[in-house]
Amino acid sequence: MKIFAILRVAVRAMRRNKMRTILTMLGMIIGVGAVIATVSLGDGAKSQVEAQIASMGQNVIQVFAGSFTRGGVRSGWNNAGTLTVEDALAIEREIPDVTVISPEYRNGTLVAAGNQNWSTTIMGEGPDYLDIRQWPLEEGAMFTPMDVRAASKVAVVGKTVADQLFPDGNVIGHVIRIKNVPFVVVGELAPKGFSFMGSDQDDTVIVPYSSAMKRLFGATNIRGIMVQAKDEKSMAEVQDEITDLLRERHKIAPGHDDDFMLRTQDDIRQIADSASATMRILLAGVACVSLIVGGIGIMNIMLVSVTERTREIGIRMAVGAHGWDILLQFLTEAVALSLVGGFLGILLGAGSSKLFAYWKDWPALTSPFWVMGAFVFSALVGIFFGFYPAWKASKLDPIDALRYE
Amino acid sequence: MNAIIELDHVHKVYHTGEVDVHAVRDVSMTIQRGEFVAIMGASGSGKSTMMNTLGCLDRPTQGRYLLDGIDVSQLDRDQLATIRNEKIGFVFQGFNLLSRTSALENVELPMMYVRKSVGRRDQRERAMHALEMVGLADRAGHHPNQLSGGQQQRVAIARALVNQPAMLLADEPTGNLDTQTSIEIMGVFQKLNDQGITIIMVTHELDIASYTKRNVIMRDGRIVSDLPVAKRSIATEELRKLREAHEAVQLVS
Repeated sequence: MKIFAILRVAVRAMRRNKMRTILTMLGMIIGVGAVIATVSLGDGAKSQVEAQIASMGQNVIQVFAGSFTRGGVRSGWNNAGTLTVEDALAIEREIPDVTVISPEYRNGTLVAAGNQNWSTTIMGEGPDYLDIRQWPLEEGAMFTPMDVRAASKVAVVGKTVADQLFPDGNVIGHVIRIKNVPFVVVGELAPKGFSFMGSDQDDTVIVPYSSAMKRLFGATNIRGIMVQAKDEKSMAEVQDEITDLLRERHKIAPGHDDDFMLRTQDDIRQIADSASATMRILLAGVACVSLIVGGIGIMNIMLVSVTERTREIGIRMAVGAHGWDILLQFLTEAVALSLVGGFLGILLGAGSSKLFAYWKDWPALTSPFWVMGAFVFSALVGIFFGFYPAWKASKLDPIDALRYE
Repeated sequence: MNAIIELDHVHKVYHTGEVDVHAVRDVSMTIQRGEFVAIMGASGSGKSTMMNTLGCLDRPTQGRYLLDGIDVSQLDRDQLATIRNEKIGFVFQGFNLLSRTSALENVELPMMYVRKSVGRRDQRERAMHALEMVGLADRAGHHPNQLSGGQQQRVAIARALVNQPAMLLADEPTGNLDTQTSIEIMGVFQKLNDQGITIIMVTHELDIASYTKRNVIMRDGRIVSDLPVAKRSIATEELRKLREAHEAVQLVS
């Protein structure tokens, strides 16, 4: 009951000087608004990166051919030339928790159809590749294990390549020439968009790995293997087993380096997370500074208010207000200022990020966590910066306060 | 024992810079329930200090002050505030109403600080009753700037009455008012005093003091005279005389 009386007084004091109240709140509004807007856009971007990482497939372990050292010179990744199709098949055969694999051979080259041509990446893959990456087909079908065995000249094309080579649409059944070798298009991939690294995932042609190695590039070694584990729990164990198996197959003595490298989405996620964590710390810093500025504005106005209302404080004390009553009243006003400012700031931030998202086609996610956080922080700013003026008011001498002109 | 105020060798010394100002020196006084006392004196006589001390806004430096049987000389700030809230109703020279706040809400103010809180509806009723006592029930919704000086002072009196205090303490209550309004306010005080309310008033105007029942005169921090009023003015009489004089002037012109 008493808190309502105090709130009524606070609201009346705020309405008495509308312009001043709004200007004071503006510091909080802008501070909180900026935080909410940037966090919303940041979270939106992060969710997009998450989605892209997830689009690599579920529980996927990528095995890359490693580097080798010859005469003290170390080559870069993918050059060891020791990873083979047999390694991939052995992983699938000998490790029980592996569901499917896809040996990979990739190379860039020119592709032509009719009078159109286009430079793109040829991906030699196994028939399960699209399942691992959860990549649906727009039209047609994926090549079969039979095609792999026969090194058939069949291809599945990405959206970008399809658009470039066949501006009229109608891709399936047509012939494309890869390094002048004719391939029949059996499928067209659904668009997947850009990866979080910024490359166009649709700018590709997928052919059986055997065809890529034998018919196109004359390669004997693969560049990598995509491995899908049964579930998330078995990920770590599968990684260990792959390492053991490949070391054994490659006859690497204990103490020597692997000639291959394993990577999971978790590794990539960690890189992305550490980048966004840095952003977050930066944002939190900006947020703190702007809220401190807002808080100082509130403190300033509360000090003015206490001086202006010295006589009122005197009257209240004369009729029986304790120091605590006065403290509580001015603290309530400060917190009301900061909370209303914070609330408006949340609206402003959420609204402007949505607007920006709509304009720039960028996802915005205003998480309840940050909204609650902004609200609580606003209250804390009010309490922290409102305390000194309120305390000053509560310590006034009633006789002096009553005489104050 | 029916004394409301007992001052027992009270001193008040202010330490300002190098000189100690002895504002009240060795004052002993008793005021009974139902009295109507004027404390008079020139400026610097110590009457304001007496007022602050009697009003529990300040503590005596030395001596004992019993208010309604409670020794208030040793209480701390908040305890004094509670005593003011429960035992004393203040009426000031400058009215000291909260601006932009209705008369009714001004009257309700002391109830906001009652330790055992009063229900909202109860507050309204008590405030309205207090306004009725000063004849301002029809102005409850008005803000101070919509009221005349006399009306504002009546609101202040209603505020002073609302917690049913042991006494009213008025500091130059007519200082900002014209003659007729002053007499009207004194009429309100006389009416309240007739109902048994103890009133202590500080003033420097002799004719205003003549409406009370007892005059205490201070000089240099001491009580130099403490006598019952011999020829007491009655506000209703004085107002009638004033009206007649007014009419006479109008008849002549």
